[in-house]
Amino acid sequence: MGILEVKGVNKRFGGLQALGDVNLSVAEQSVHAIIGPNGAGKSTLLNCLVGKLIPDTGSVMFDGQSVLGRKPHEINQMGISRVFQTPEIFADLSVLENVLIPCFARRDGAFRMHAFETVANEGEINDQAEQMLADVNMLEKRNMLAASLSRGDKRRLEMAMCLVQQPKLLLLDEPTAGMARADTNNTIDLLKQIHADRDITMCIIEHDMHVVFSLAQRITVLAQGTPLVEDTPENIKGHPKVREAYLGEAH
Amino acid sequence: MLGLSKKDTRFLLIVIALTLLTPILLQPFPEGSGLAQFNAGYPDLMQRFAIFGIFAIGFNILFGLTGYLSFGHAAFLGVGSYSVVWMYKLLSYNILPGLILAVIVSGIFALAIGYISLRRTGIYFSILTLAFAQMSFNLAYSVLTPLTNGETGLQVYTDDPQILAGENSPTSPHLFGIVMRDNFWQPSVGGWEFTFNYGYYFCAIVAILAFYLSLRIFRSPFGMMLRAIKTNQTRLNYTGLHSRPYTLAAFVISGMYAGLAGGLLAAMDPLAGAERMQWTASGEVVLMTILGGAGTLMGPVLGAGFIKYFENIFSKINDSVLHGWFGWMPDGMEDAIISVSHFFVGKSWHLTLGLLFMLVVIFLPGGLVEGGQRIARMFRRKKTSDSDAEHHPKPAPHVGE
Ligand SMILES: Nc1ncnc2c1ncn2[C@@H]1O[C@H](COP(=O)(O)OP(=O)(O)OP(=O)(O)O)[C@@H](O)[C@H]1O
Ligand SMILES: [Mg+2]
Repeated sequence: MGILEVKGVNKRFGGLQALGDVNLSVAEQSVHAIIGPNGAGKSTLLNCLVGKLIPDTGSVMFDGQSVLGRKPHEINQMGISRVFQTPEIFADLSVLENVLIPCFARRDGAFRMHAFETVANEGEINDQAEQMLADVNMLEKRNMLAASLSRGDKRRLEMAMCLVQQPKLLLLDEPTAGMARADTNNTIDLLKQIHADRDITMCIIEHDMHVVFSLAQRITVLAQGTPLVEDTPENIKGHPKVREAYLGEAH
Repeated sequence: MLGLSKKDTRFLLIVIALTLLTPILLQPFPEGSGLAQFNAGYPDLMQRFAIFGIFAIGFNILFGLTGYLSFGHAAFLGVGSYSVVWMYKLLSYNILPGLILAVIVSGIFALAIGYISLRRTGIYFSILTLAFAQMSFNLAYSVLTPLTNGETGLQVYTDDPQILAGENSPTSPHLFGIVMRDNFWQPSVGGWEFTFNYGYYFCAIVAILAFYLSLRIFRSPFGMMLRAIKTNQTRLNYTGLHSRPYTLAAFVISGMYAGLAGGLLAAMDPLAGAERMQWTASGEVVLMTILGGAGTLMGPVLGAGFIKYFENIFSKINDSVLHGWFGWMPDGMEDAIISVSHFFVGKSWHLTLGLLFMLVVIFLPGGLVEGGQRIARMFRRKKTSDSDAEHHPKPAPHVGE
């Protein structure tokens, strides 16, 4: 029984079957990659996990509880954090504030009326946030406006915002898209490190096969909304169906 | 000090000093000089500066921080005024019970309106608040006449109970015997005349407290969440925070500020009319906040001062005043100039304000505060000469400078 169990999920957009009978089981503390061509339904699947979309049919269980019908903030408080395909950060806030907010969310829950405290006086939370920024090599940028960061830095910032919450399950939607090669390798190292240090499960969507094969322990191939195969990286590499549906196309 | 950083303490002290010295600062021209009509240091207007400053500070907590643009905040202003006048009628002319009631009632009112309106965002939210305010305005004229006294406006009559009023208690608003409309000092120094008025100083102290509270909110985790809502509500929700209670809390706080401001209006002048709730009054506080600089601490206060100054000073400049100014010119030229400036002063002060507002929105999207910051930066740059400041990445501006 995995920490995340998706069973028989269907999602239609008008006439388009975006997800067709998806079954997925992600084992606790594993790194599970989902690959597939553009429009395969990968992001749609993640949307069904975090409460952005509600599947037409099927069930999504996380840690033994259903996530369906819960609001995004409730699902996050259960322990699921998500990095989006296009970075979702607080563009008008400073880099440090971007990381402080998830720190407060973790400590204080979904709402707290802390109008009489001062952010600067929260020593422990500030330390936590700065440590996280140091881990992603962004400490010297902490006072910059998040909007003025490069695309790669925005992604790293969003990743830091998710990681600092110490989620049980981290969902990453193309975390290295738009990054330079060196940044991509740094990200791989960071994710490896995080995975080694903490009890975290990762589910990663990625087009870059170098990233997938460096990190994943299991890979699911999605095509036209349906899982084609699920196997170890070694077997996926040589799988004829996969080559035809995905790798052949991409290369 | 007071839970503030060194920089903020200094900032607060400056604001306190400016507020307390207002009767002097707004009286820069000697009496009898041609410019004396630009003096604004008379009690009535100074009270308005402080009161509308409070209104705008509160509005800014909602609009400046969360970005939710309410078009119905005048409703709370009206509720505050009615509460105070009712306390006059029932208890006595002491303003304290009324002001407390004004804050509580407007808070409850804001909770109800906010609970419904905040289900929508953007323009739909604005329309909902506008609808509620117009509804209140119309109800005040019709069904609620027993509470509001309709078009006449609510006021105190001799046969009102006033159960707490003693034999010799003042017959106009007062705070434990200190009568609001009284002046406690009217020195005249050289050609200058100054008026120190109890009502203004009461409003000033309340305004300083209101400002301090807003400063604390700006620096708090709560304030940071509100700013986060403005820039990316989606991210906030996926970060495990429920945005609705945050926006509702901001809405209620700003409603209470508006109620307090409305209460103070009635504390200075014991009258409450429904026109205070009209949409133009709601629009005015929006203008004040944007003109001064939404989301900054000082902006709304500056904006409020600016608009009230225009409303009261520019509107008084009529043709005969203009003739006085331009009388030295040759006749044809004088008439030409006067007929042009005629469009910008006196009853047409709205036109000047409108043009000014357009200029600010187009060239200074951050409002008057941004203008001030740009000037300050120009001076600083001259001092540090052309260092490599341009090459450094842009640091996040400190909110509320
Ligand atoms: N909200 C929506 N409304 C309508 N159609 C949608 C919506 N979201 C996704 N789709 C469609 O569903 C299909 C799957 O989209 P999805 O974004 O999940 O693909 P993807 O696998 O993430 O692709 P990519 O690699 O390009 O990110 C696409 O055809 C897309 O156009
Ligand atoms: Mg996608």
